[in-house]
Amino acid sequence: MSERSQIIAKVLELIEPFNKKGVEVSEATRFAQDLEWDSLTVLDFVANIEDEFDVIITMNMQAEIETVGQLVDALEKLKA
Amino acid sequence: MTDLFSKFDPLIEQRETLLETGITDPFNLVMEEVESPTVAICNGRRTILLGTYNYMGMTFDPDVIAAGKRALDEFGSGTTGSRVLNGTYGGHKACEEALKDFYAMDHAMVFSTGYQANLGVISTVAGKDDYIILDIDSHASIYDGCALGNAQIVPFRHNDIEALEKRLKRIPAGAGKLVVLEGVYSMLGTLRRSRRMVAVSKANGAMVLVDEAHSMGFIGENGRGVAEAQGVIDDVDFIIGTFSKSVGTVGGFCVSNHPKFEILRLVCRPYVFTASLPPSVVATAATSIRKLMDSADKRAHLWENSKRLHAGLRQLGFTLGTEEPQSAIIAVIMPDLEKGAAMWEALLHEGLYVNLARPPATPAGMTLLRCSLCALHSEEQVGEILGMFAAAGRATGCIS
Repeated sequence: MSERSQIIAKVLELIEPFNKKGVEVSEATRFAQDLEWDSLTVLDFVANIEDEFDVIITMNMQAEIETVGQLVDALEKLKA
Repeated sequence: MTDLFSKFDPLIEQRETLLETGITDPFNLVMEEVESPTVAICNGRRTILLGTYNYMGMTFDPDVIAAGKRALDEFGSGTTGSRVLNGTYGGHKACEEALKDFYAMDHAMVFSTGYQANLGVISTVAGKDDYIILDIDSHASIYDGCALGNAQIVPFRHNDIEALEKRLKRIPAGAGKLVVLEGVYSMLGTLRRSRRMVAVSKANGAMVLVDEAHSMGFIGENGRGVAEAQGVIDDVDFIIGTFSKSVGTVGGFCVSNHPKFEILRLVCRPYVFTASLPPSVVATAATSIRKLMDSADKRAHLWENSKRLHAGLRQLGFTLGTEEPQSAIIAVIMPDLEKGAAMWEALLHEGLYVNLARPPATPAGMTLLRCSLCALHSEEQVGEILGMFAAAGRATGCIS
């Protein structure tokens, strides 16, 4: 598995517990509109992502991240 | 033309739906007369005030009123100027002296509101490559301070010291760090849980700013707030506070022992680019602050009130924001906005005013009836308040 596909697999795994509506998740899935996450859900999810990848995703960065794919891009950059 | 107001349509619709039911608008109440810190006339009805943050009841203190009148006569109605130009009068300096004495700190800076104090200090001290680490339940003025500045913003779960520590450790070495905490979180009335939050922040090289808006005057041995009560005030770099709660007027401040603190007066835009407080306001504030230094009996009575109301509401069957009374704020959790608004109106008809708080101001989308007690609420009034909650709660079906 390439590094990117490893990141995607992990992100999808971490989305699942918060995917209450059972939405089919792809890189195009949007956190707010498709998964309908509120701010507290985002906080918990981001905390899990941060712990898993040992990074910080600031609110400034979060403002630029709308989709799963954009999150994966950001993680790739942070881990580079 | 795109109507720039169309983004507000969902809110307009929600309000219309609510008001169509014939309910009194909870966000449009007028206090027609004010008799005392605890009683006003609303819609012609005598109403007990239980949602004013007037914790120490200083608004009608005779010494405070006399000081304000004297300043109005001697210095006029307003300064018409910025603190750094023509807007610093003797009264502003006297007010800063009172704050320095109250907190036993080296520096004090008075802003025109508490909101501006947070806005100004946070946006100015944390620059572009610095990090602000804040509790997710922080007040809007703290978030707005973050938005006005350019720092990197890192939130952590409410009162979660491990989450705070993890984030501090992940921030790049050498980056400037400001941890922002509150003494009392005002929506649910929760106390900052751990004194260790300040210690952990310092151990990881951060400066610490604590907002003590809802604790000044009655928490801590000298009323300096939660940082004093938890024995960590010497490790706090900046305390932010307000005159619009325990002090009983309007205005905000920052106190600090930082040796370079005074430079903020020149670089802090929400301090520089606004008119200073009117002379009467700083005179009432200074008088009130000095009286708050010696108010142990009132503090004790306020705590009694808080404990009694908390226990009484629980006994009636209401769900409260905290398991035990942690501050002078007691939040009653309502199932939804409709029920909350109905209960708010029923209480008003009984003759009781509380704050209706709803999203996005509240955490986790909650609707709250937020009660804030005053040291001048009599025992008898607290009894009356409980009776009104019982009647309104049954009338609206919130309790059985």
